[in-house]
Amino acid sequence: MSDKTTITLTVNGVPRTIACVPRKTLADALREDCRLTGTHVGCEHGVCGACTVMVNGAPVRSCLMFAVQAEGAEVRTVEGLAPEGGLSVLQQAFIDHHALQCGFCTPGFLMLITGALQKDPDMSDEELTEVLSSNLCRCTGYRNIVRAALAAAPAIRASVRETAA
Amino acid sequence: MTQSNAPLVGQSVPRREDRALVSGKGRFLDDIASPGGLHAAFLRSPYAHARIGTADLEEVRAMPGVVAVYTARDLAALLPGGQRLVTGLPSSSIAFALDRPILPEHETVYVGEALAMVVAETRAEAEDAAEMIDLDLDPLEPVADLENAARHDAPKAHAHLPHNRLARFGFSYGDIAAAFDGAPHVMSRRFRIDRGGAHSMEGRGVLAAPDAMTGRLSVWSSTQTPHALKRHICTLLARDDAEVEVTAPDLGGAFGPKLVTYPEEIAVAAAAQALGRPVRWVEDRREHFLAACQEREQLWTVEMALEADGRIRGLRGTLLHDHGAWTARGLNVPYASGMMLPLMYEVPAYDLDIIVTVTNKTPVTPVRGAGQPQATYVMERLLDAGARACGIDRAEIRRRNLVTPDRMPCERPLKLRSGEPVILDSGDYPRTQATALEGIGWHGFEDRRREARARGKRLGLGLANYVEGTGRGPYETVTIRVARDGRIKVNTGAAAMGQGVGTALAQIVAEHLGRDPSTIDLTLGDTREPYGFGGFNSRQTVVAGASADAAARVVRRKVLQVAAHLLQMPEENLDIAADLVIVAGSNSGEGLSLAEIAAASEGLPGYRLPGIDTPGLQATERVLIEGMAFANGCLAAEVEVDEATGAVHVARLFLAHDCGRMVNPQMVDGQILGGLAHGLGNALYEKMCFDDQAQPLTASLADYLLVTSAEMPVIEIAHTESPSPLNALGVKGVGESGVIPTAAAIASAVEHALEDLGIEISEAPISVQALHAAIRAARPGGPE
Ligand code: FES
Ligand code: FES
Repeated sequence: MSDKTTITLTVNGVPRTIACVPRKTLADALREDCRLTGTHVGCEHGVCGACTVMVNGAPVRSCLMFAVQAEGAEVRTVEGLAPEGGLSVLQQAFIDHHALQCGFCTPGFLMLITGALQKDPDMSDEELTEVLSSNLCRCTGYRNIVRAALAAAPAIRASVRETAA
Repeated sequence: MTQSNAPLVGQSVPRREDRALVSGKGRFLDDIASPGGLHAAFLRSPYAHARIGTADLEEVRAMPGVVAVYTARDLAALLPGGQRLVTGLPSSSIAFALDRPILPEHETVYVGEALAMVVAETRAEAEDAAEMIDLDLDPLEPVADLENAARHDAPKAHAHLPHNRLARFGFSYGDIAAAFDGAPHVMSRRFRIDRGGAHSMEGRGVLAAPDAMTGRLSVWSSTQTPHALKRHICTLLARDDAEVEVTAPDLGGAFGPKLVTYPEEIAVAAAAQALGRPVRWVEDRREHFLAACQEREQLWTVEMALEADGRIRGLRGTLLHDHGAWTARGLNVPYASGMMLPLMYEVPAYDLDIIVTVTNKTPVTPVRGAGQPQATYVMERLLDAGARACGIDRAEIRRRNLVTPDRMPCERPLKLRSGEPVILDSGDYPRTQATALEGIGWHGFEDRRREARARGKRLGLGLANYVEGTGRGPYETVTIRVARDGRIKVNTGAAAMGQGVGTALAQIVAEHLGRDPSTIDLTLGDTREPYGFGGFNSRQTVVAGASADAAARVVRRKVLQVAAHLLQMPEENLDIAADLVIVAGSNSGEGLSLAEIAAASEGLPGYRLPGIDTPGLQATERVLIEGMAFANGCLAAEVEVDEATGAVHVARLFLAHDCGRMVNPQMVDGQILGGLAHGLGNALYEKMCFDDQAQPLTASLADYLLVTSAEMPVIEIAHTESPSPLNALGVKGVGESGVIPTAAAIASAVEHALEDLGIEISEAPISVQALHAAIRAARPGGPE
């Protein structure tokens, strides 16, 4: 169990090589080996979505994925949503709409929304709202999260399309 | 900087906490690095009740990475101050002490109780080793059921106990026999409220790091009460106050269970000190399901006597309350339930017998709401039944009984646990109800309902009134100091748990000191201040807010006195704007900086202090709060019940709400929305299930359902602000408001939707299966 495997992956655009035991989850590897603690672990059984990150452009629950499965992958975490010191449109919308209280679930929601629209920029507002029900938040009652997501969606869609074009 | 003249208190100032949190730069317990640190894992009891035999630890000690293994006996040597956590509030009604051991030695009393601790180099190694511990456990008969526990021939939850009735007390006033004698209507009902958890998204966790140079012990814990944790560590480890520092980092939610100190926190601190290395334990979700405190399980057998016109004559009955296996907090939850039941209505006679029983289940402490949701549920269900019996509208029976505003402040024939009388301080309950009825469209609803029915849909409307006791005293300490660089330093025992208390306190302080919250630096949950409590009972904005307001006034005075002296101008002509003292009303942007004033205030050798009689720009206040500030509200709910399946869809909620003066309306709404979501869970989904051996059956988020965004109805909130006369700011707490009336209002609406079938709702959560069965029984032919 303790033999470590070397994994090479890209996290937030930075190539990284880490060594971890095969049973380590991607969530733990990001938190411990990359010291990116913005990705949170709320349940470790794939229900809460606090650990959501983007792997190769799609939202993924990093507690359900082994780090070794991310070999060669492009991983994006909350720390990579905006350049240092800046905020993405979605992060700003979360602040403006009071879409967070304790903030523990917030990185997961930010990555879920960003990842869902990245994967399918044509997704309607209704579909996006439905996607939000895949993550849990105990503080906010969700309404403000939905509002923030819908407010930021047009800008995210536009930027995804622009990059694709 | 905010607008110059509008008061800061009352504005939706953006939260100072947010920027870091949305950037992934929050600092939650498990985000704190501890290089070279060790990890703890616990062996937890697989049985609800068992005798503990001997453990063979040799093999486990030799496992890879394992540094130490502790059973109760090993730990005893590290705990010179005792091996039990005395966390219960005192009460003369308690028959026997049940203080929890850090690790039990002879007997385990609930599934999930920590029995042994492994400390290893990595978390995985600690968990592997904990699983391998071979500990002899000899199962004993458990007490799984609250009703059973109260019986005289029941098995004992702890082998040595004479019985399981931890406490018996009650509330009683008025002539109860006369109230029932010849009453035109008597409603007799039984209600069952189930157990649930808090489920903050972040579980508990603790990190303890000894400092070899100073001998000090630094502890970080995801706790609502760092002061209490520090006291317990100092007591049990026999350390001096000055040698231990406890910090609560960012909390990923709390909602009650992080209020008490837990055995794991003490065990980890003791191990870190003994091993001379940092030790960390981070709860996983399964552990949170088993070992973090839970609440709500109660069984009520109650009767209400009414006049023919619906006025209440009396209320009596029995409340059976599940206490769990240990006393982790005391009688506060059933006490709150019993006190709350008749509180906001005119009930001339009241007699409630409360029996608190020990069971072989996870200990019970407050979960957001703390006994109040259950009482509200029971009272409001009785009033619905009463309305039916009297043939009057459900809103009308409430209106006839609510305490009216001309009676405020209104002393009730009830006592707080301190012995002080309960005084409803302010509010207009009938008007709050009227607002909710108006908001939900109560009066035009019958037509809508009939129409929907014609289309095969069953709609129902329900309502529930409630009060929320907030701002529990006695005090919270706040120290404000203008530092030499002009920054305003605020230190307080009030603890952040994700609700934005830092933002609110900064608003209150800034109001007097320059009106710019960005000039303020806060240290929350500060245990260097010896006297403090932390977060519970929706108290901090009220209690810490009062001290912050008072301290800021004193510091303002001193700032202006020094400035007046330096500028040779009368104090009354000066004002503070951001970090400058200016001539009141001037816009020139010129003035004396707080930094200069702070430097001057320290004094010079051989000179008089400049305009002040004690040095420095500093004040510490601990405003004593005796009564509780009662927030109130009325929740109206619209539901649709699927007759074929028993499924309940909550379509709309309208909350009319009054929490006094609002410090930050956006945050108030945020608290309410979160509470309503939790309440929706209590109404329909959240139920901790156990089998007859007290074995939990719902120990994952796949089995125990939390509300997601898909279940959230349309929600509207209307505020009234009746300032509380109990504090200078006029504020009341809000943290538990949303959760208190929700199950009651939804039950009322479901009953309404099924009115013609005569189905009564008497449980929370309402189970789809039970409702389906009731519908089938009421109409054997099935839906037309
Ligand atoms: S931690 Fe991954 S889904 Fe909960
Ligand atoms: S903001 Fe606390 S869990 Fe979502």
